[in-house]
Amino acid sequence: MIEVSWALDHLDDLAFRVAQHIELAAIPVMIGFAISLALAIWAVRRPVVRGPIVSASGVLYTIPSAALFAALLPVTGIEIQTAVIPLTLYTLLIYLRNMLAGLDGVAPEVIEAADAMGYGRWQRLLRVELPLALPLIVGGVRLASVSTIGLVTVSGILGDRFGGLGFFIFEGYRHNFGIEIAFGAVPTILLALAVDLVLQRLQGRLTPWAPRTVRAIDPGRADPGRAVAGGAA
Amino acid sequence: MSTAERVVFQHVTKRYPGTGKGNPGAVEDLSLEVPAGKVCVLVGPSGCGKTTSLKMVNRLIEPTSGRILIGDRDVMQGDVIALRRGIGYVIQQVGLFPHQTIRENVATVPRLLGWEEARRRDRADELLALVGLDPARYAERYPSALSGGERQRVGVARALAADPPVLLMDEPFGAVDPIVRERLQNELLRLQEQLAKTILFVTHDIDEAIKMGDLVAVLQTGGHLAQFGTPDEILANPASEFVARFVGADRGLKRLALVRVRDLELRPAPTARPGDDVAAARKRAAADPFPYLLLVDDANRPIGWIDDRRLQSLDSLTADVAESESPLFDRHTTLKDALSMLLEAGVQAGIVVNDAGAVQGLVTVEMILERTRAAAEDGP
Ligand SMILES: Nc1ncnc2c1ncn2[C@@H]1O[C@H](COP(=O)(O)OP(=O)(O)OP(=O)(O)O)[C@@H](O)[C@H]1O
Ligand SMILES: [Mg+2]
Repeated sequence: MIEVSWALDHLDDLAFRVAQHIELAAIPVMIGFAISLALAIWAVRRPVVRGPIVSASGVLYTIPSAALFAALLPVTGIEIQTAVIPLTLYTLLIYLRNMLAGLDGVAPEVIEAADAMGYGRWQRLLRVELPLALPLIVGGVRLASVSTIGLVTVSGILGDRFGGLGFFIFEGYRHNFGIEIAFGAVPTILLALAVDLVLQRLQGRLTPWAPRTVRAIDPGRADPGRAVAGGAA
Repeated sequence: MSTAERVVFQHVTKRYPGTGKGNPGAVEDLSLEVPAGKVCVLVGPSGCGKTTSLKMVNRLIEPTSGRILIGDRDVMQGDVIALRRGIGYVIQQVGLFPHQTIRENVATVPRLLGWEEARRRDRADELLALVGLDPARYAERYPSALSGGERQRVGVARALAADPPVLLMDEPFGAVDPIVRERLQNELLRLQEQLAKTILFVTHDIDEAIKMGDLVAVLQTGGHLAQFGTPDEILANPASEFVARFVGADRGLKRLALVRVRDLELRPAPTARPGDDVAAARKRAAADPFPYLLLVDDANRPIGWIDDRRLQSLDSLTADVAESESPLFDRHTTLKDALSMLLEAGVQAGIVVNDAGAVQGLVTVEMILERTRAAAEDGP
């Protein structure tokens, strides 16, 4: 069994690539969260900027991921930014859609009551609006995580310093070696499922008051990178 | 306990952008004074500016011109946040915070004011008990686990938490069923006897206005004050065709809701006890224009009526000869309720009893009708 002995030989590689995959996914998920939260708050405070912000993140979202990685390569070189920047940009629309829907969903009478009780603007945001938007915000984190875990594989196009588990997929294609493709694809799917499950638990913990039926908003798109994420989600 | 403060509107006008000729302001030149500790009901048809007037008091809406005073302080001067923390606010949709427990909801303003945890907790539990919700059962729940009526009670408790001198209530009982509404109204009146807050209460229901208000301000579409006075003044002397139509053709009857049995001079009841001398009883009944004798027990509690003819044929007075029953009233029964009970029972007179059940006297349909006639003659 050449496959089995190949797999056993490459367990060290697998551990390295899993760690890399998690790193390449976690950084954009976190940075994207911070940027989106700031943009979402700006957008609810200043309705005029809302349209442009959402449109811009929508446009970014439609750029095919392979093209964006390639386009950035001459600018940032073979550095981690080259992978992290596009992955971060792709999270923005997912986050913004969900954060804005969460903030919009706070009932007007709740806002009115908060104002009438004497909450200041920031107090109201921190103690009332954001907590009430939390189910959708965490829903956005789940979706962004799963989506990014899928897209990390595409960063393998930048060479063997990137790609996480996608490295095996690219190599497997090149060598036309099925076990190597599976070596990348199966753990990617498992990773996405595991992260989603953990975040789902967290969602329930954070919002004991909320109904269990909140569903995140998935912008959806046509992109080869999504194929992996879609399979996992 | 903070003392209540008066609320004064001085020539208050609110025009939304786009209001102009042919498009009147939401509130036009509103002037009225609600004395400290009184309930003033703002009533009028939909869109007449009730909510707008209310929200200008805590500056959720800012007036275009004019002044609103709480005590002697202009609400537009000073910090808006501090102002709002000193005014209770209750709305129809309640607006409880879904992510906070009932206790946390009630303790909202105390928390904003920086009270310590233990004090907040005690205060929240005290208020829950005050509005009739057992803290042991309700304090840890989330709002989604409460009925509409219970939520509304929590809303009232939350508004009272920091003991504000002024309470604003916008159709607070508009979304609950009539039976619960009636109960909540009575509870608020009972609370108010204790608390004596200055309350501005909005409704579009004239019956609720009459019931709840020490004073009633009738607003007319376009935000004009059509009349301001006690419920009885408004029912007795509607200031305009509009007010007369708004309070309804049955205002004589409605006025009866404002008069209670204790306000009438009761007719003495011709009574006798079992074992009394029949001849003497006959004589007493004959002397009374009312052709019945009321049989009562030793504690003066009513047993039943004996009519004139029956009395003639009796040899002795015993409890079992008494027949027809009458409705029983107490001092607090409104004349409106008394009349409807009498009509329902199809009898001429009801018996007024005290807390111990002893007969105090009679109220007759005739006495009530006399009262409505007097009411009608007061009118324009
Ligand atoms: N934000 C706004 N912009 C423009 N017009 C407004 C605004 N809010 C209220 N109005 C108008 O002002 C008038 C008074 O409104 P308000 O809400 O005070 O009425 P209301 O007496 O409370 O009515 P309801 O019994 O239906 O609650 C209405 O004609 C309404 O259309
Ligand atoms: Mg209103």
